[in-house]
Amino acid sequence: MAAAPIMPIESGVPDPIQYMHPTMRRNYGQWAYHDRPRAGVLHHTSKNNEEIFTVRCGTARQMDVYTIKKLADIADEFADGYVRFTMRSNVEFMVSDGSKVDALVSALTEAGFPVGGTGPSVTMISHTQGWLHCDIPGTDASGVVKSLMDEMHEEFTREEMPNRVHMTTSCCQINCGGQGDIALNIQHTKPPKINHDLVSMVCERPTVVARCPVAAIRPAMVNGKPTLEVDEKKCICCGACFPPCPPMQINDPENSKIALWIGGKNSNARSKPSFHKLVASNLPNNPPRWPEVGAVVKNILSVYKEDARDWERVGEWVDRIGWPAFFEKTGLPFTKFHINDWKGSRHQLNSSAHIRF
Amino acid sequence: MAKELYNTPNLDELEKGPWPSFVTGLKRLASDSHKGADMARDVLGTLETSYVTKKGYWKGGTVGVIGYGGGIIPRFNELKDDNGDYKFPAAGEFHTLRIQPPAGMHYTSTLLRDMCDMFVDNGGSGLIAFHGQSGDIMLQGATEETTQTIFNEFNAYGFDLGGAGPAVRTGMSCVGASRCEMSNTNEQAVLRTLVNAFLDDMHRPALPYKMKFKVSGCANDCMNSVQRADFATIGTWRDDIKINQDLFKAMVADKGTQYVVDNITSRCPTSCMTLNDDNSLTIDNKNCVKCMHCLNVTSPLTHNYIAKGDVEPILATGDDKGVMIIMGGKRTLKIGDLFGSVIVPFMKMDNADDLEAIEDLAGEVIDFFAENALEHERTGEMIERIGVVNFLEGIGVNVDPNMINSTRTSSYVRMDDWDEEAVKWFENKAEANA
Repeated sequence: MAAAPIMPIESGVPDPIQYMHPTMRRNYGQWAYHDRPRAGVLHHTSKNNEEIFTVRCGTARQMDVYTIKKLADIADEFADGYVRFTMRSNVEFMVSDGSKVDALVSALTEAGFPVGGTGPSVTMISHTQGWLHCDIPGTDASGVVKSLMDEMHEEFTREEMPNRVHMTTSCCQINCGGQGDIALNIQHTKPPKINHDLVSMVCERPTVVARCPVAAIRPAMVNGKPTLEVDEKKCICCGACFPPCPPMQINDPENSKIALWIGGKNSNARSKPSFHKLVASNLPNNPPRWPEVGAVVKNILSVYKEDARDWERVGEWVDRIGWPAFFEKTGLPFTKFHINDWKGSRHQLNSSAHIRF
Repeated sequence: MAKELYNTPNLDELEKGPWPSFVTGLKRLASDSHKGADMARDVLGTLETSYVTKKGYWKGGTVGVIGYGGGIIPRFNELKDDNGDYKFPAAGEFHTLRIQPPAGMHYTSTLLRDMCDMFVDNGGSGLIAFHGQSGDIMLQGATEETTQTIFNEFNAYGFDLGGAGPAVRTGMSCVGASRCEMSNTNEQAVLRTLVNAFLDDMHRPALPYKMKFKVSGCANDCMNSVQRADFATIGTWRDDIKINQDLFKAMVADKGTQYVVDNITSRCPTSCMTLNDDNSLTIDNKNCVKCMHCLNVTSPLTHNYIAKGDVEPILATGDDKGVMIIMGGKRTLKIGDLFGSVIVPFMKMDNADDLEAIEDLAGEVIDFFAENALEHERTGEMIERIGVVNFLEGIGVNVDPNMINSTRTSSYVRMDDWDEEAVKWFENKAEANA
């Protein structure tokens, strides 16, 4: 008789306490305040008068096991053997003895891990999978991020921005990278190219029809085969049909472009959370370094750095100075495409006499 | 002996520059002698092809582990020669295992090394992402065969698969109480309560679409929960912000009145702060919305003025802590961006009974979602379609003016049971105060 298969232990989310730095364990829920002795270093003090220093550094997110073991070695040799990751793939080393900080910073820097990403810096870009692993990507993710972080490396290691800058990238319009102060997302500009020979074999047609946000897809017969067709006048080229129906290829080496969006904010500090808004599009998807995208991002960041007040996030800065000033200061073109015409968007028009001259 | 690497002139460009390079990491794996080295080598070949043609070459499929219906992201290589054989055979399969990390993403060096060894020794490529956008550890690079052996070892070590497809997904909670003075709840306990109560809905995808839990300890919302979670739990408090007036005055004296007005008092979204003539601070706490800004500014200044041994910062969160619950956040597809909106303005989260109450509420939400959402419809889209009032009735939550920015502006509604609804309001209020 064959051995019974091993059934999984449905253990769920592991208890973190067992992996937590002992000082954090002892002072759980007892922290009082913190400061940042330098960029990339946090120093927390607890109500029990204990201290912990955190050194934060950037990673490539997609790491080989040797890089991960290098981080583990640094944790053992220069820290107390504990790390944690931030949701933006930065890694944090904790030490309870402040005299260990300098050596830890040097060890990380020498090993090629940039120390920074704290306070008003440009921190690591949260991103997606792209060509490396996704089944529907219009571009790469890790490569775009590597190129941009090389460009913005100094802003990661300094705290010179008006407030923190959280960037995201996404390889399709689903926008898995999420909201960002600056978000780089694929923007398709042509309707899907349909392989009619495959649609009926691969796609559940009613599901695909239902997926379209503008009801542009309908059943059709082509060469005697049941398939789907797209009303190209209605199509908004969003790519929603492509995941449930891969023969409706939306990705196009030339016509899938990159758009930039700014002002996404999740925090409730000062203003309520806000969505990012379109500022530029039609930038070429240009591997391996995407220089055109990098140039626009750096332009926006330098104007923001110069013009925004302390604590203003990118979106709050534009809210204060107004969109005409944004386009004037950045030199970016304002087009009819910036005006939202999706349903429920009329409140985004200026229905007031408030105009800046 | 490792095979020679493919010529990858495009990817080689991504080895230049100061930021850590994933290409260098992949090459290191491909040049090694572990079982999955050839997979890393052929992944590089596939990726270089993408960089030349600007196309992706992975397609999905069905790969799983025994006992579960989700948690593996299957990837098969679409680059084939004229005979239908893989051009990069060792990367014909390149599946990802989503593994749930410890809440708050805490690791020991031993845990990291053991994870690397468990992955590589069982034939994995050696490429690991810390972490994916849902918060999973992603073991990137397994075949159908090695997926099971890798999972078995991680599972025996104490780790479980995360979610994929129309299911409860892996959740995230912030660093919170373990190292943040802004924490208002036991974030990791809330996350583990919520996710671990619904593992059946995670491992056997049968919901209309994904269901995500995220937990942030304060309104800074470091987990981006308002935008990304169907069920976002955010810490807050109901009583007064604590003011250390001596330190506040010392800060004003040092930084100057203009600094304090420009960066603290005038930035308050509800204008609830007054800087007094004697440099002390008055807060109209009934009007404070706990946005966190004044705490964010003053916490890092505290160390400049505090005496050795004292631990009361310039400003601190109150003592009557709890959480609010915001539901229905998601990004674009299909109806457009949706932030979550307030469903529970406040709930205590001090003890096991409180955790049970939030688990019960989540159960109501999942049941209602399973019954009422359309296929591929997220919670927020369902609320948009049926109206929040129907949703509230479905999950047994009373209406509350904290749920809205403003009352109705359209008169197009039938209101003939107004009096009954008004009575409910007073009854519910009396009950809450009882």
